Amino acid sequence: MRVLGISGSLRRDSLNRRLLRAAAALLPPGVELVELDPAAIKSLPIYDQDDDTTLVPLEVGVLRQAIEEADGILFATPEYNGSIPGGLKNAIDWASRPVKAAALRNKPVAVVGASPGMFGAVWAQGDLRKALGVAGARVVDRELPVAQADEAFAFDDKLVDEDLELELRGIITDLVEAIHARERAVA
Amino acid sequence: MAATGTTTTIPQGTWAIDPVHSSASFAVKHMVVATFRGRFEDVEASLVADDAGAKLVGTVKADSIVVKDENLAEHLKSPEFFDTEQYPDITYTSTSLRRDGDELVADGELTIKGNTHPVEARGTITDPAVTFGDVEKIGVTLEAIVDRTKFGLEWNAPLPKGGFALADDVKLVVELELAKS
Repeated sequence: MRVLGISGSLRRDSLNRRLLRAAAALLPPGVELVELDPAAIKSLPIYDQDDDTTLVPLEVGVLRQAIEEADGILFATPEYNGSIPGGLKNAIDWASRPVKAAALRNKPVAVVGASPGMFGAVWAQGDLRKALGVAGARVVDRELPVAQADEAFAFDDKLVDEDLELELRGIITDLVEAIHARERAVA
Repeated sequence: MAATGTTTTIPQGTWAIDPVHSSASFAVKHMVVATFRGRFEDVEASLVADDAGAKLVGTVKADSIVVKDENLAEHLKSPEFFDTEQYPDITYTSTSLRRDGDELVADGELTIKGNTHPVEARGTITDPAVTFGDVEKIGVTLEAIVDRTKFGLEWNAPLPKGGFALADDVKLVVELELAKS
């Protein structure tokens, strides 16, 4: 089983990329987490329906294929101005079309988030879960706000706070169960 | 005028749906002020009546939902609403059918999105009519009002000045043309 990790923050030392690595260390046997190259989000053109034809830009095809090939997705998002980073929203917009065969359609997804502030990107997580739901994804009904995230990780990217780590493990368990449930439904 | 009183007998036999001339639809209050309607294209139903009693069963393919906007239809199929991948069938089985003249009262169990609840439906039933090719047909209509939130359809959105975009109560309407088989 392969889970795609998508960080809404693209920078090399991103706290949310560290959160994805913390999640990767908690996966049950037989599950791997592959992080989407941030360049796959950075290189996307802004969504334009005129460009959304049978011949989409190459970068769009790469993103859609990466999502289609994953059994599920773990999103880790920061919060920019109280909401989702524009680049991440743009990626969701591309991956939600064409509506009847969208890469995100019925895809099990879960959302976590980290921010250096006091609230752990909780608004962004809410907005991201809303957008993913409208896009047709199968959204795990919980969140993980990691606040003051510049102090939340150990040297090996594990979460220092045991309660947060337990919650992250729970979200992963729910995501894996949603993937299994989908496999049973379409079998 | 020979008739005295009204018949309480469901026409005997096994009656199968004519899908082209049957429908299953729904109506729900939208934005407080209006009624929004949609339908399901793929409807199966049969009515069996014999000396032991009568039973109506039906299945609607949730994925066959039709509304005027394609994007909305896909949203309604998604996990936020009917989750048609996980729950492809909406099913109904009557537990009691009672006829009084043209009127029909049906108690039954409705299953949507894996949630089963009893519903009482009211409508009409006809006596058999001989149609083209000597095929005997009857007509059955039923209406029921259900609380969608009990069936796992809990989506809503608050309106800016109070209230919600979508009502909880949904009217279900089936109109069946059934042929004797």
